[in-house]
Amino acid sequence: MFLPLFGLLVVITIACFVIGRSRSIALAGVNYSSMHSRPGYHGWWLALMTAGPAFIVLIVWSIAAPRIVRSMLLSRFQEQISGFSTAQIDGFWRDLQALATGGTPGIRDALRQDAAVAFASLWNTSNMAMIAVMAAAGIAGFLYAWSAISPAFRARHSVEKLVKFLLAASATIAILTTIGIVLSLITESMRFFSMVSPIDFLFGLTWTPQQMAFRADQVGGNAAFGFIPLLTGTLLITFIAMIVAAPLGIMAAVYLSDYATPQIRAVGKPVLEILAGIPTVVYGFFAALTVAPFIRTTGSSLGLDVASESALAAGVVMGIMIVPFVSSLSDDVINAVPQSLRDGSMGLGATKSETIRKVVLPAALPGIVSALVLAISRAIGETMIVVMAAGLAANLTLNPLEAVTTVTVQIGTLLTGDQEFDSPKTLAAFGLGLVLFVITLSLNLVALRVVKKYREQYD
Amino acid sequence: MNSLPTFEIAAAATANAPATLGRPKITGRNVNVFYGEKHAIKDVNVDIPERSVMAFIGPSGCGKSTFLRCINRMNDTIAICRVTGGIHIGEQDIYDKSLDVVQLRARVGMVFQKPNPFPKSIYENVAYGARIHGLVRSKTDLDEVVETSLRKASLWNEVKDRLHDSGTGLSGGQQQRLCIARAIAVSPEVILMDEPCSALDPIATARIEELIDELKQNFTIVIVTHSMQQAARVSQRTAFFHLGVLVEEGTTDQIFTNPVDTRTRDYITGRFG
Repeated sequence: MFLPLFGLLVVITIACFVIGRSRSIALAGVNYSSMHSRPGYHGWWLALMTAGPAFIVLIVWSIAAPRIVRSMLLSRFQEQISGFSTAQIDGFWRDLQALATGGTPGIRDALRQDAAVAFASLWNTSNMAMIAVMAAAGIAGFLYAWSAISPAFRARHSVEKLVKFLLAASATIAILTTIGIVLSLITESMRFFSMVSPIDFLFGLTWTPQQMAFRADQVGGNAAFGFIPLLTGTLLITFIAMIVAAPLGIMAAVYLSDYATPQIRAVGKPVLEILAGIPTVVYGFFAALTVAPFIRTTGSSLGLDVASESALAAGVVMGIMIVPFVSSLSDDVINAVPQSLRDGSMGLGATKSETIRKVVLPAALPGIVSALVLAISRAIGETMIVVMAAGLAANLTLNPLEAVTTVTVQIGTLLTGDQEFDSPKTLAAFGLGLVLFVITLSLNLVALRVVKKYREQYD
Repeated sequence: MNSLPTFEIAAAATANAPATLGRPKITGRNVNVFYGEKHAIKDVNVDIPERSVMAFIGPSGCGKSTFLRCINRMNDTIAICRVTGGIHIGEQDIYDKSLDVVQLRARVGMVFQKPNPFPKSIYENVAYGARIHGLVRSKTDLDEVVETSLRKASLWNEVKDRLHDSGTGLSGGQQQRLCIARAIAVSPEVILMDEPCSALDPIATARIEELIDELKQNFTIVIVTHSMQQAARVSQRTAFFHLGVLVEEGTTDQIFTNPVDTRTRDYITGRFG
C-alpha cells in the first residue's frame, strides 16, 4: 500500500509544481517583475503545500495503523485467546496476517480463519480511511496554497521556511535514531545486569557463557561472564592492527602527497582506496588460509609454539585492511597544509624530509589523529577477520601467538542461532555492546582533547 | 625633457642615494628561466652590490619574482622549471652541480609575500633554522640566537613576554617581522624579500621599511615590490623588469629621476603597467 501511494504522491508533487509555476507565469503576464517571487518558487510552494500534509498523514498512518488494528483484533477475540502466552499471541497475529494476504500460516484453524477475515476487513477500512484523510489534507493544502498565489505573495520566503523545516526534520530523525539505539542498548543491558552482577562482568577473568544451562532441567556448567579476556583480546588485536596500519598509512600518505609525481598519485591513490572496498570476509580468507599458516610455520621453525589461529594473524591482516583509511584521510589533511608553510621551511634551508617532519606533519596532526581514531574504531568493530583468523577461544593472554577473541565476535556468536531473549547468555550481547560503545566513545573524546591541546593552527 | 610627475618618489630616491656602492655580492649572467614551454626570464645580467638594498620593480608577470627565486634556487621545487646561465654569490656558482642547495638556502634567506609563520610558538619559529642547521650547542645559545634575531627584527619588545604563544596569533605586520627574524636567525648573507609588505597596512609597512634600512648594514637585501614609493624609499639600486627582460638597472636615484629607457619612464610615471 505504501509504495504505490508514495509513487502517486511524487507524481502529484511534480504536477503541482508545474501548475503552480504556470499559474504564477499567467498572473505575471507581460510584466514579469510584478510578482514578488520567481515562478519556480510558486511551483514549489504549491507542490510542498499539497504533497507535504498528505505525506505526513501517510507516514504517521503507516506506523500507527498496524498497532491499532492489532489491539482492536486482539480485544475482539479476547475470550478465544485468553490462555495464550505472549509468544503465542505473536504467532497468532503472524498467522492471521499470512492467511489474509495468501501466505503460509504456522497453524491453520477455524479461529485463525475467522480472525483473518476480521483482519482483512479492518485493514481495508484502515486503508480507505487513510486515502480519504490523505486526499482531504492534500486538497485542503492545495486550495490554501492556490489562493495564496498572488503578485504580493512572498512565495520565496515561505518556501525557504518549508525547506528549513524539512532539513530540521531530517536532522531530528537522525538524532532520534541514535538516541533510540543507545536507550535500547541501555535498557537491555540493565536486564542483563539484573541477572549478572556488573562487578563480575567488568572484572571477571573468565568468559564461558556457552556453559549456561539452557532449561531449568538441564545440568548447567560454570557459566561465567567475565569481560576482561574479551577486552584484552580486542585491545591486543587492535594494537597489532594499529602497529601495522599507522606507520604504513601515514608514510604512504606522505609519499603520495609530497613525493609522488602527479601521474603516480593519480594511479596510486585510487588503487590504495580499492583496498577499502574489499569485503572483510575476503580479508578473512587471506588471514586464515595464508597469513596464519605462514606465521605458524615461521614460528615453529624458530622453535616457537604458535596456535593455528593467532591474534597476530588477525591483527596484521586487519592492519592491512585499515591502511587505506589512514592513508586516504591523512593524504587529504597533508595536502591541505598550505604550500606557503613548505616554502617557508625550504627557504630556510630545511630538506624535504625535515620540512615534512617538523612543519607539515605537526600542522596536519589533528587530521591525522582523527584518521587514526577512525581506524581504531574500525579495528575494534571488525568481526569477520577475527572469527576466521583469531578464533573464538576467550583466552586471557597478551601473547600475540595465541588464539584470542574479541567483543564483537562474542556479540555475534551470542546472538546467532536459537536463543531465548530472557537468558543472560543472550542479553550478555547487549552488555558487551554497551561497554564497547562506552569504550569507543571515550576514545573519541580523549582523541578530541588531545587534538585540541596539541593542534598547530595554520590560519 | 618632461618633468616627472612623481616628484615625491624622485625626492625620496635622491635622499636615499648611497655614498659608495660595495663590490657585487650577487652576479647574474645570461640567466634564462623556462616554465615548460614558457620563456619567463630572458638573458638577464645583473650585479647586486654587497650590504645594500636592490629593488626589482615591474608590472605583474614581468618575471621579477621568478628571478628572485632563482637566487636561492626555490624554483627547484617546481618540477617544470628550468634555469640556464650563471648566478654567483660571492665566488660561488650557485647552479654548480656540487653545490648543496640546503647550504645555499642557509646563506640566502627568504621572506615571502604573505606572512607564513609556522604554526608553532614564536620561540620555535625563530629557533627552527638554527636547529636544523645545528648552529647552536646548548639551550642558552639558542635562547641567545632567538633574542638577537628578534631584536634585529625589532620584534623583541613586543613578544618577549609571550615567546611561547603561537606565532600565528600575532598581527600581520608582527608575523612578517617574525618571518624576517626567522630568516636572520640562520645568519644568512643575503635576504630575498618577495613583496614583503603587500599584505600589510601602511603602519606595519613603514616599520618593515625601517627594518630593511637597518638590516642593510649586515645583509645584502633584494626586494621585489609593486610600490614604487617603497622602492624609492628603501633601495640604493633599482632594476626594472618588463616581459621577462631586465630593461634598465641603475641607482635608484637615476632610475626615478632620469630613466634612460622610455618603457621605464612610462612605468614609473604610471602610463602603463
